[in-house]
Amino acid sequence: MATFTLPKNSTVGEGRTYSAPAGAKNVKAFKIYRWDPDGGANPRTDTYEIDLDACGPMVLDALIKIKNEVDTTLTFRRSCREGICGSCAMNIDGLNTLACLKPIEDVTGDCRITPLPHMPVVKDLVPDLSQVYAQLRSVEPWLKADTPPPPDSERLQSKEERAKLDGLWECILCFCCSTACPSYWWNGDRYLGPAVLLQAYRWIADSRDEHTGDRLDALEDPFKLYRCHTIMNCTRTCPKGLNPAQAIGEIKKLMVERQG
Amino acid sequence: MAAPQIRSLRSPLGRVRGLGAAKGGTHHWWMMRVTSMALLPLTIWLVFALARMPDATWLEATIWIGRPFNTVMLLAFLAAAFHHTAYGLQEVVEDYVRGDLAKLGTLMAIKGACFLLWLTATIAVLRIAL
Repeated sequence: MATFTLPKNSTVGEGRTYSAPAGAKNVKAFKIYRWDPDGGANPRTDTYEIDLDACGPMVLDALIKIKNEVDTTLTFRRSCREGICGSCAMNIDGLNTLACLKPIEDVTGDCRITPLPHMPVVKDLVPDLSQVYAQLRSVEPWLKADTPPPPDSERLQSKEERAKLDGLWECILCFCCSTACPSYWWNGDRYLGPAVLLQAYRWIADSRDEHTGDRLDALEDPFKLYRCHTIMNCTRTCPKGLNPAQAIGEIKKLMVERQG
Repeated sequence: MAAPQIRSLRSPLGRVRGLGAAKGGTHHWWMMRVTSMALLPLTIWLVFALARMPDATWLEATIWIGRPFNTVMLLAFLAAAFHHTAYGLQEVVEDYVRGDLAKLGTLMAIKGACFLLWLTATIAVLRIAL
């Protein structure tokens, strides 16, 4: 059966508490998952009390403040700090999102932060994404056309054709959705997951692409595509407000359409 | 700390591509939709029909089953319900059961049981009706 409990060496214990500086009035506790691959110890939850009056508004601001001023060993990915690079995807207050887009004030009580669920952890808040990157590569997310482009211009699209890509091209590949999907948790070795399927549909829906049928062929599989049971966790969690569940639904409709 | 166990040195892309796409699943998915759409009116009909005759005798019940419209509706309900059950349970097994043998055994048991139950129920209706 699928494993629903954590193995012994993955159970999370209580860690250290870093108290707020004396005199801080607006204090919030950040409870952050920590795991060091070199130590051999179990993961733990460290508590950092932060003075919000001396901190930026987003959860990422608090993480950077902790790393700069409190505990330099805290490890996490971040880059653009404005919701475009997708690096700081993590589980904040029970929902996968981007730390840079999540206002601290939206979290009531202590702010609990863990890595993206059900991925191997490299260290602290850094998940190993090599599987999901390989899955993205496997759907060949680039334009495939046999007709040479016009010698003097780009490949053209009508405005209607271009409009079909809205809601798809905005995906930044943070994988909040795939790691929020129970089907991806239990069968991520074969199921492609919402992020990769949305990317696959982005090229299926592109009027300039000439390999739509091949793309559908490559997805027509009980596990690669049909593990999606439309529970919509992906859509609920997407920090960019996209709808991967709808993209998957469109792929399924095309699968039926080409049957007869 | 124990050295991490290396199970395979195959590249992630090789693992992900695996055995390729099975070119199937669409019929299964579509039939789940078709049977659920069919079951909506059929189940409502059956529940209302049964609710209207709580005190029916054996004779009244068999006469009711023998009416052509009721016979056809019952046969359609049985076909849709058992098909939907078998396919739905298959999804659950594929989601959660690990191990090829365990999966294969469970699926064959479920499909066999659903088929035999459907056959039994259908023959019962037909014997009363014909």
